[in-house]
Amino acid sequence: MTSLIGSKIERKEDKRFLTGKGRYTADINLVNQAYAYFVRSPHARAKITKVDNSKAMKAPGVIDIFTGDCITKDKIGGLIAGWKIVSQDGKDMKVPPHPALAKDSVNYVGDQIAVVVAETLEQAKNAAELVSVSYKVKKAVVKTSDAMNSEAIHEGIDQNLCFDWLLGDKGKTDEALSKADKIVKIDLVNNRLIPNAMEPRASIGDYNSSSEQLTLYTTNQNPHLTRLVMSAFNAVHPEHKFRVVAPDVGGGFGSKIYPYAEDVVIAYASKKIERPVKWVAERSESFLSDCHGRDHISHAEIGLTNDGKMTALKVETIANLGSYASLFATVTPTYLYGPLILGLYDIPVASCNVKAVFTNTAPVDAYRGAGRPEATFLIERIVTEAAKSIGMDQAEFRKKNFISKFPHQQCLVHNIDSGDYSAHLNKALEISDYKNFENRRAQSAKKGKLRGIGFSSYIEACGIAPSAVVMSIGAGVGLWESAEVRFNATGNVSVFTGAHSHGQGHETTFAQIVGDKLGVPMENIDIIHGDTDKGPFGMGTYGSRSLAVGGTAIAKACDKIVEKGKKVSAHMLEGKPEDIDFKNGEFILKNSNKKKTIGEIAFACYLPGQYGEVKSPLPPGVEPGLKETAFYDPINFSFPAGTHICEVEVDQETGETKVEKYTAVDDFGTIINPMIVEGQVYGGLAQGIGQALYENGQYDDSGQLTTASYMDYTMPRADNFPRFKLEYTTTPATSNPLGAKGCGEAGAIASPPAVMNAVIDAIGTDVSMPATAEKVWKALKENSSKKVAA
Amino acid sequence: MASISLVINGKKISKDVSDNTLLSDFLRDNLSLTGTHVGCDTSQCGACVIHLNGSSVKSCTALVVDCNGSEITTIEGLANNGKMHPLQEAFKKHHGLQCGFCTPGMVMSAADLLQKNKNPSEHEIRDWLEGNICRCTGYQGIVEAVKDAASKM
Repeated sequence: MTSLIGSKIERKEDKRFLTGKGRYTADINLVNQAYAYFVRSPHARAKITKVDNSKAMKAPGVIDIFTGDCITKDKIGGLIAGWKIVSQDGKDMKVPPHPALAKDSVNYVGDQIAVVVAETLEQAKNAAELVSVSYKVKKAVVKTSDAMNSEAIHEGIDQNLCFDWLLGDKGKTDEALSKADKIVKIDLVNNRLIPNAMEPRASIGDYNSSSEQLTLYTTNQNPHLTRLVMSAFNAVHPEHKFRVVAPDVGGGFGSKIYPYAEDVVIAYASKKIERPVKWVAERSESFLSDCHGRDHISHAEIGLTNDGKMTALKVETIANLGSYASLFATVTPTYLYGPLILGLYDIPVASCNVKAVFTNTAPVDAYRGAGRPEATFLIERIVTEAAKSIGMDQAEFRKKNFISKFPHQQCLVHNIDSGDYSAHLNKALEISDYKNFENRRAQSAKKGKLRGIGFSSYIEACGIAPSAVVMSIGAGVGLWESAEVRFNATGNVSVFTGAHSHGQGHETTFAQIVGDKLGVPMENIDIIHGDTDKGPFGMGTYGSRSLAVGGTAIAKACDKIVEKGKKVSAHMLEGKPEDIDFKNGEFILKNSNKKKTIGEIAFACYLPGQYGEVKSPLPPGVEPGLKETAFYDPINFSFPAGTHICEVEVDQETGETKVEKYTAVDDFGTIINPMIVEGQVYGGLAQGIGQALYENGQYDDSGQLTTASYMDYTMPRADNFPRFKLEYTTTPATSNPLGAKGCGEAGAIASPPAVMNAVIDAIGTDVSMPATAEKVWKALKENSSKKVAA
Repeated sequence: MASISLVINGKKISKDVSDNTLLSDFLRDNLSLTGTHVGCDTSQCGACVIHLNGSSVKSCTALVVDCNGSEITTIEGLANNGKMHPLQEAFKKHHGLQCGFCTPGMVMSAADLLQKNKNPSEHEIRDWLEGNICRCTGYQGIVEAVKDAASKM
């Protein structure tokens, strides 16, 4: 039997999506359903002096209106920051209350104030217009750079400072920098992005007053955690009576990892009116109220020897958390960022200080890569400038500083188990035809175009998150994963995973693993996820964790199935379990021609027990049934790495940048389905190139989001990209038995610095992301030395 | 309110609709044809593309009353007697979809391109699909799929 692992197999889930039969939250309609519409703040910062809904309550079709007062009265808890960070002075981070409906103050444009529930959506919207909110408007704090010098937004949080976190030894880093032959400094902005999963968020609460069961259908990457948080912290409903279903979900990219205020309020509203309540975000609501991503400003300094060895790295970052601390907001610019500033280089000493600040903007949380793109952008920009400063070739400089022996304990946190960094760099050089780049640059110049090349060698820490590692640096919990493999009596298999697929193709990839492990054809394997009533508690999908952690849990549950199968087959074949070999779905007694298929064993496991004349096929003491559960907490992160090389052409008349060539060579360890992996990389590249050239979440000085629609926020489109060239090198991960490292975020992590290094190489002067035509044109005007005659 | 009658996926439909009902809402809410998706409120994303009298149209920008008497095909009607359209097959083969949300609009838009241009170049495909946003695929699998489907039609 050929191995399914490693094979390009078309996706099991595609047929329903291609024929219009996908079932997303907004596609669900329940009997007797009411519709919700939220009243949101038009101001970035204001005190609420009065909410008067008396007119609105009388509007046609209105069933009820809920405000901050209602949820306070009913003791609905606020939204939580899930990860505690301790400042360098030993004090805990400061987090403001985040009520699901604002009561006393609003802190960003889009903040929820009330929800109108009516018989139709139109009636809910019309009535929402009649809800009268009186505000005392205050001056908004908007810019990341201004936050610490502005009036405190939240009571008791001086300087708007959530935490002041330090990783590494600043004293030793400063000392090493003072001894360096050369110091290279850089100032960077990592622009604010708006995730823009194509499916807008939606929730349907369905409370059954007879069974007291509450069901929430929601657009979510992480249904079990959502249920836990909404039970334990928001006190919406007890966990055992609460079912969260995340059906087909149209993309997440981190923006759907946690419950939002709307989820809490919709579930609550359904309980209050004892009817199903449906809410679907309009895109403008998504822009305003989905958590945003990135938004850092950083200063970094790197020490060098004259011959090009990096000796020390110091980083100081201000991370904008927006108005409140969202659930993964504090872990993103710390544990997921700080350790990664070293990239894949052997730098003996480093420090990373992160000050996280509140502003009157939408909350910022994890977005594809979460912390690692920010770290990679920083290290790959400064490495590029460092190589330039001593006139060294970009590839040679990187090779000279790469970690080359494994395992390697970095000076900050990570112990990197495996990799071969020169291998992917060399392969990228070859595929990108690096040696002939100057010819291509000259060709472009003949057309009056400026051509540039940019490198990005990256590493990420994936398989989020091994308890032993994250708890060693202060996190309260790790993130394991669960799986249940249930053999049915007729020989087909139902597999329940705590991971959640919202585009990643788990129904196929996981079935490939199970197919190989158990010797069952893929069409007889069903992967089930996204429903807290079906599978065991799981941790969802983000941080490139599903295969390395969730896939491993599935593999381990399969191993337990085989173990039990060996016992049962040994009994049936009159041998010992240790004399049974399992291969291609058959249990074979060594040195005999006796065997049983796994289907026969499954059937036998469901036959009746021994009674009188009825003889059970099961050995004494073995329980009937064939169903196994595994929970897997990895021993370490996995470390995907790679080298990307980008070539751009800049039109010096218009400033427009075009990506001409893009080469990505990645090491993801074991690859289960190369087609799905390619798709993940392509998608990540589009988002990363989008960040570098097009996308920007922008607020004006009063805190109005000026990029709140697709008319203003530039989403990358089909005609923005060249054909990407992908290749792989492989060093399997040693931290999980599959050898998988994770591939979901690499494209978005590696590409922004590759593109920006290319743009800056082309125009010969610095420019910040996104390098829009306007910015590049202005930068060129100020630095005409690079201009070429057409 | 107005009485309208139209042919949707080969079936004659007669309904009373209000004057401000969008075609996308009509398909989704009145006919349960939820394959047509709504991804934005500014006619930019293209998830709602259907065929109106044979040409691709963003159904979130059309009023149903204006479609009276017309013939509409949605993603649910693209397959022929259970056999997937060559584009649907090609999207599967070339991994032209991930989360599937933009997919119905993307496929309907591409189907119109192939009606109008039997053998489009890569540039023409990318240019045509400029009105359909996909956040997952980076478009490469989609472009491959359209090319492949063109060669088979």
